[in-house]
Amino acid sequence: MNKPTTIAAPTTGVERGRYRALVWRRQLILLGLGLALVFSLCVDLAIGPARYGLGEVVRALLASDSVSPQVWVVVWEIRMPVALMAVVVGASLSVAGAQMQTILNNPLASPFTLGISAAASFGAALALAFGVALIPAAIAYVVPINAFVMAMLAAFLIHLLSIKRGVTVETIVLLGIALVFTFNALLALVQFLASSQALAAVVFWTMGSLTKATWPKLAITTLALAVVLPVFARRAWALTALRLGEDKAASFGVKVTRLRLETLMMVSLLAAIPVAFVGTIGFIGLVGPHIARMLIGEDQRFFLPASALAGALILSASSVLSKALVPGTIFPIGVVTSLIGIPFFISLILSNARRSW
Amino acid sequence: MVTIRLDGLGARYGRTLQVQGVTTPAFAGGEVVAVIGPNAAGKSTLFKRIAGLLRGPGQVRVEGAKPGRDAVCYMPQDTSANSVLTVYESILLARKQGTSWAVGDDDLRHIDETMGVLGISDIAFKNIGELSGGQRQLASLAQALVREPDVLLMDEPTSALDLSRQMEVLTHMRGLARARGMVVLIALHDLNHALRFADQTMVVADGRLIACGRSSDIVTPDLLREVYHVEARIESCSRGIGQVIVDSVSAKGERFARPSAEPNACVAE
Repeated sequence: MNKPTTIAAPTTGVERGRYRALVWRRQLILLGLGLALVFSLCVDLAIGPARYGLGEVVRALLASDSVSPQVWVVVWEIRMPVALMAVVVGASLSVAGAQMQTILNNPLASPFTLGISAAASFGAALALAFGVALIPAAIAYVVPINAFVMAMLAAFLIHLLSIKRGVTVETIVLLGIALVFTFNALLALVQFLASSQALAAVVFWTMGSLTKATWPKLAITTLALAVVLPVFARRAWALTALRLGEDKAASFGVKVTRLRLETLMMVSLLAAIPVAFVGTIGFIGLVGPHIARMLIGEDQRFFLPASALAGALILSASSVLSKALVPGTIFPIGVVTSLIGIPFFISLILSNARRSW
Repeated sequence: MVTIRLDGLGARYGRTLQVQGVTTPAFAGGEVVAVIGPNAAGKSTLFKRIAGLLRGPGQVRVEGAKPGRDAVCYMPQDTSANSVLTVYESILLARKQGTSWAVGDDDLRHIDETMGVLGISDIAFKNIGELSGGQRQLASLAQALVREPDVLLMDEPTSALDLSRQMEVLTHMRGLARARGMVVLIALHDLNHALRFADQTMVVADGRLIACGRSSDIVTPDLLREVYHVEARIESCSRGIGQVIVDSVSAKGERFARPSAEPNACVAE
């Protein structure tokens, strides 16, 4: 037999057209998320003890001469670092969660599943309660540096364990859960031993707060995201292939073990830096990727930017709500994201007919 | 023309050699080679070693492969996946692996044709996780074919397909091997398929190559007795193709307790 036998007639290009339409729709969704984020950012800049109209904020952003110096200072110097920090931290945590879920093939995975957040909290608590500096640093940076060092230590522990032969994805998740409990116990011990004043500081830090944002902290967090995102983007096909299973990805030529370890290290960095600067914000890394997945699927070319935008939008909107719920009071952002975001997320899951995992 | 030859090939899981000393003659482009053997004989392990997914001694010698692409492509046995990717996307990402983000018309046309040929255009935009076992196998086959390999390793590609689909897929693969000058190695449990579709057959048992040669010379009552512990005949069908008819399972081959009063034979006398 010299000619291939066909099982069915070749197609007429209908599928090609449908795929192009799908791509177009996804680009529109990304555009919609981007526009919603810009709107949320403007509202975030407008709301605070002094409230401005959106038009005034836009004028302050685009034509600073047309607003009073007071408005300019409030928008640019006071609110902008906090508002942008919400965007960058939201994007970082969501992308970290997305890749964690991808490489661990687990819908519950987030930077916090592996104990990174718990470790950071313990590191920060050591500084806040006892003044312990894990690395000598300027007094203003002792807390974030302690948090970062402990977060990376947790990531390194996971890394060391995961390169051992025979360690599966499930084992890594279980090790992460063990680390969460370990660091939570250590944190409880620190809280038990701390003075009442230090205890209050530790509790406040673990709630997460964007008000700790400054331009240098924002620059460092943005830099980490800017370095890691292109690396993930370059590996978009390989990371997507992981969702078809290890064997299948390997059969496509993906070096699965190496990809998983490198992604794990980058995700740790992406999660540790925001946690070090703004404290524990646990909800974004879990939910941002799920919302992105529901909207856009798992092709990383779209899933990656969608996760970043969804996370940024959620945290930016939460920042608005944290200021708007009770005028004059700024609620800790971690509390707001959980209290408002989780019911929204549950309703989204229950109302969504499409499978999200 | 592409050829592939295995030279003292072994495969290691941890420190244990699961497959060892597999040496074959060169298989040439256009040939279909069945790899048969009992469960846990080492067929999948051998395929993974050939595909470079496992380490071990020996060499896989591929000559005359087209440059610029992976010469060997492996289609795994386990095709289950729990992802929010459509069939179309899964095939696209198989084709685009290791290349740029840009998806050209040529890529999409190729995918359309492959899906059309395999008769899975109607499930193009279904999620992979929602497919039946048979549909998953066809999607997996499409993923392998769009990579246009010189050597295709298919690990039990028809185990979840109905009878007519099995025949269609294997007929198609034989035709494709001839048309593209591709070597196709297929791990099979159905020995009738090996006799009908494969030019050559390799028999693997306990991690070693027991026999290799023309399918009709290899699949014999003696081999079936030795490897599968069954008493069987090979009879020709009306088209002259050998058919395996199992008469009985020897005591050595029985793994389950036999229900009382049940004869140990399908053709007793």
